[in-house]
Amino acid sequence: MADIPEDILRRSAEARAKAEGRPVEEVLAEMTGEAPAASSPAEPAPAETEPAPAPAPPETAPAAPPVASGNGGIDVAALSVETGVPEAILLRATRARAKHDGLPDPTIATPAGGGTAVATAPPPTTTAPAPAPAVPEGVRTQRLLTVVKAGAIQQVKREPTDKVSVWPHLLAIEFVALLVILVVLTAVSIFVDAPLLEFANFNEQPNPSKAPWYFLGLQELLAYFDPMVAGVFIPTFGLIALMFIPYVDRNPSIRPSDRKLAIMIFTFFIVAAAILTIFGSFFRGPGFNFVFPWRDGIFFDDLLTILD
Amino acid sequence: MAEGNGNGGITGLLNDLSEQFRSSQVWTSIFRPGSPFRGGYSDTPRNRSYVVMNNVMYHLHPVKVKRHGVRLSYTLCLGGLSFFLFVVLTITGIFLMFYYRPTSPQAYIDIQALATDVAFGQFVRNMHRWGAHLMVLTVFLHMTRVFYHGAYKPPREFNWVVGVILLLLTLLLSFSGYLLPWDQLALWAFTVGSTMGSYAPVFGDSVSFALIGGVQISADTLLRWYVLHVLFLPFIIVLFMSVHFWRVRKDGGVSGPL
Ligand code: HEM
Repeated sequence: MADIPEDILRRSAEARAKAEGRPVEEVLAEMTGEAPAASSPAEPAPAETEPAPAPAPPETAPAAPPVASGNGGIDVAALSVETGVPEAILLRATRARAKHDGLPDPTIATPAGGGTAVATAPPPTTTAPAPAPAVPEGVRTQRLLTVVKAGAIQQVKREPTDKVSVWPHLLAIEFVALLVILVVLTAVSIFVDAPLLEFANFNEQPNPSKAPWYFLGLQELLAYFDPMVAGVFIPTFGLIALMFIPYVDRNPSIRPSDRKLAIMIFTFFIVAAAILTIFGSFFRGPGFNFVFPWRDGIFFDDLLTILD
Repeated sequence: MAEGNGNGGITGLLNDLSEQFRSSQVWTSIFRPGSPFRGGYSDTPRNRSYVVMNNVMYHLHPVKVKRHGVRLSYTLCLGGLSFFLFVVLTITGIFLMFYYRPTSPQAYIDIQALATDVAFGQFVRNMHRWGAHLMVLTVFLHMTRVFYHGAYKPPREFNWVVGVILLLLTLLLSFSGYLLPWDQLALWAFTVGSTMGSYAPVFGDSVSFALIGGVQISADTLLRWYVLHVLFLPFIIVLFMSVHFWRVRKDGGVSGPL
């Protein structure tokens, strides 16, 4: 068995022991292999692991150079039987190698064993002593282009990590979260009506007129800056800066203690946005002038129906 | 689960019946092997995997996740809740579309009629409106939780970027819906919001013209933002959400532990 971290093994053993009502040590011993496992291993689930790697393919011809026997040529047919590689491929590989090395075609001497395999090879231009038997109408032949060993493209062995089944552990939590938010939303919707004022009137601007709450931070900025700055540059720049965070913050650690500066900067902006939004929502009255909500009343349309 | 071996009692009988029903061809053609709704389900590791793997669920979740990832206190389910709220908003929104015409003054009259003429009309409208506010909140909180976990670090940089686009789209969806009741609140909140765009340097006037579909807010503006709200923006946000969820999995699931 792969070496599983101690704590995971321990947790698993405890859970099993609890379920089966046996002492933990006994289960642990069994799991660490000191006693043969009586029941199934921890989680023999057909989990989403990579499929077991195909057995390493036999060494193919290009990897194992055919022994070019001086003048005699190569017995491709025999080699094919020996290595299990289709004859046509061996033939092609051998020729290609010879061509590359500038040698005469070593397969010429060989009677190209008129097997069906040859049919898949393109007719050799120089020699072709045996015309390939025609492929029957409607039969597709396949070419093996290359064999890549499994290890080169797949990560065969996975680090054991401490994982739990999505069902029931995650799905149950999600379901409960979903119910909770649905209940909250339903309750609010029963007791609080969405606001609806008079019919839209272009000639009569309410005072104050405020944007939706999530834009009130920006509207608040309008009180301090030129509209082009507050209304265009700051939001645009803010969004772009937000997108660039991962590319600017090159610190690889995710431990909060290693990220003090990043956390400080981000927190600063979040708190600033929150303050501006709260300010714009509750501390601005007619003419967008400063008011104390407890003295002058709240001018916050989104919560109109709650405040009344 | 259902062991009912007909030990006489009415419960045994019911169990037998239910087991038979849940093993019927119709039922088993609906619920694939491993589903807990199928007859003969047993709680084995293999079946736990099948519940996800043999199911439409597999589009959203892997079979297993890191243990800390299911701790409620890690993600607070904020991403999931944002998505759920989006689903609720879609459903309630479709309901509202049955009763709403994006013209002036009909839009306002239709919204008024929801409260008086339509069964559950006001309730569904409330859900749609409060749900929208709530979604802005959950998406924002989701972003802050992702930041504090450093979950935007490689290989998740791009998913953070997708997230920022989702935040923008969420705000736009909410804002575009704001105009639709066509009352004083809608008109003037929207005016404040859209005049901000007109301050853009050089293009200011064109931006403003495009946003309100003319030189002045009018019924044309209403139609424009209605189409954006019910068609264009939801379509785009679904595309980006798909990429977002896909990347969460391909980047190795939820990040951490800290
Ligand atoms: C419509 C809005 C959004 C939806 C529905 C959504 C949904 C989700 C879900 C379901 C997850 C899985 C983990 C979790 O629940 O926390 C997730 C993860 C993530 N989200 Fe979002 N998200 C949204 C907006 C955002 C925003 C605004 C950002 C950041 C700017 C963001 C960045 C990320 C990142 C980086 C992850 C990976 C977190 C990790 O690996 O721990 N998302 N999102």
